[in-house]
Amino acid sequence: MNSVLETRGLCKSFGALTVADQIDFTLEAGARHALIGPNGAGKTTFVNMLMGGLAPSSGAILLGGIDVTQQSQRQRVKRGLGRTFQINTLFRNLTVVDNVSLAIAERHGVGWNMVRAAGRYRTVLGESMQVLEALGLADDARLQLSAMPYGKQRLVEIAIALGMRPKVLLLDEPAAGIPSMESHQILEVLDSLPSEIAILIIEHDMDLVFRFARRITVLAQGAVLMEGAPEEVSADGRVRQVYLGERHG
Amino acid sequence: MTTPSHAGGYVSDARIRPIEWLPWIIAVTCYFAAPSYLPLGSFILIMILFALSLDLILGYAGIITLGHAAYFGFGAYVSGILAARVTTDPLIGLAVGGFAAGLLGWLTGLVILRTRGLTLLMLTLAITSICYEVANKATDWTGGADGLGGFSVTPILGLFKFDLFNKTAYVYCLVFLFLGWWLVRRLIYSPFGASLTGIRENVARMYAVGAPVYQRLVIVYAISAALAGIAGALLTHTTQFVGLKVLSFEFSGDLLVMLILGGVGRIYGAFVGPVVYLVAQDSLAKQFPEYWYFGIGLMLVLVVIFARGGILGILDVLLSKLRRRKR
Repeated sequence: MNSVLETRGLCKSFGALTVADQIDFTLEAGARHALIGPNGAGKTTFVNMLMGGLAPSSGAILLGGIDVTQQSQRQRVKRGLGRTFQINTLFRNLTVVDNVSLAIAERHGVGWNMVRAAGRYRTVLGESMQVLEALGLADDARLQLSAMPYGKQRLVEIAIALGMRPKVLLLDEPAAGIPSMESHQILEVLDSLPSEIAILIIEHDMDLVFRFARRITVLAQGAVLMEGAPEEVSADGRVRQVYLGERHG
Repeated sequence: MTTPSHAGGYVSDARIRPIEWLPWIIAVTCYFAAPSYLPLGSFILIMILFALSLDLILGYAGIITLGHAAYFGFGAYVSGILAARVTTDPLIGLAVGGFAAGLLGWLTGLVILRTRGLTLLMLTLAITSICYEVANKATDWTGGADGLGGFSVTPILGLFKFDLFNKTAYVYCLVFLFLGWWLVRRLIYSPFGASLTGIRENVARMYAVGAPVYQRLVIVYAISAALAGIAGALLTHTTQFVGLKVLSFEFSGDLLVMLILGGVGRIYGAFVGPVVYLVAQDSLAKQFPEYWYFGIGLMLVLVVIFARGGILGILDVLLSKLRRRKR
């Protein structure tokens, strides 16, 4: 197996506060990998560094074997890195289909065109509709996004990311804010994602993590505590102590 | 906030609707029906073009600015100095004025668009203040506080002479407003325009889908500045005078008030706002010479409290109520 995303000795500190401590991490091609850890373990910081929103203090990030540590978010996206956000980061006053189309237009490189009307780009619209259909959102395509129920908005987050056709997809708590009763809908969508996309999921819903992930990395206080198959992780005493222990008092 | 009536996007129909010809029909009618109002009319047309340029960056791209007069004023002065020293041909003056303002917009945009929010607002203000002071001090070129006058403008294309009744001026302004409108409308409905709306709606998401956010903002800022510069040059040619007022902070403020009054981010707010503002100013100033600003202030307060979408926003609400009743 070859790695599609890798970090080597990744560190980030804000003054005396270390939020990422020598993180060595590898994401294999086609992976279903989860990143878990208690609140404040540094999961979101890690994702932001991977995407390029936050510069690491030291260490390196490799995407498809190429060092992208110094590259902008835009360059990383071009190399096939996509993400969703923990808190909905959507175009609230646009239609659902335009939310996806904007991402697809950037991938096609038509975002600079000032002459032709956007409505004439049938391929962009067609691809958007395909993505929405695959996620069961086709009927809502022309709805204004803010008029959608929250659960479906979470799916639009994923739809936008899929529109980018990423090789590596970072899912930052896709089920955040959704009652656990409904999180099975998210799981269904996640299960249906193309197997060639390598997925790193950050999630608090342990049910979802253990059903979806084939490999789990546990982060605690900015450092990797352990990595292994779900059975190994759930059996590990240290993980129970930092993670479950904190949760259940 | 409701969806503005003129937003682009990949499911929008960019064809011109019949109602969109209304402003032009009114403008042409005014030419024949109210010949004594043509000087005011020309100024209104210029302000509409200026407001359109602001709507492009404020309403669509979400760039908040209090300094757009810098580009209007720069275009006005460049075309004025050109007329006084180099050539009195108005079309050359217009092209050079617009290009110079666009260049200034591009250069200043490169610096200030690295910031957002209040910082950006302060920087736009600073740029206007700098331009104002430069124009004030460089009296050899600009005439300083006395203004720049004493130049003449030759007939357009050698055919249409600027007359005392502003007939030529009105048509001149109307033609360039039409071209400006066509350009802005085209931009808004294009993928470029859609991406600007995306940047306004959620900049973090636009970064995450790999859009070159900063570069897009700089380019639209330069285009908007060029349009503002053309509006400024139109004022220079139609009045054959440039005063310091065109670079003032108050002028930027007045423009913002006009656009908010009409409705931000909907193209035609830039048409309605200046008409209402300037006609109200004209008639109020005649009837209550001391208190006319009170009327403007009252109007703005009412719009901000009761109609966030401006006058066009009110119309939208009324129309949708009417439609519902019909069903």
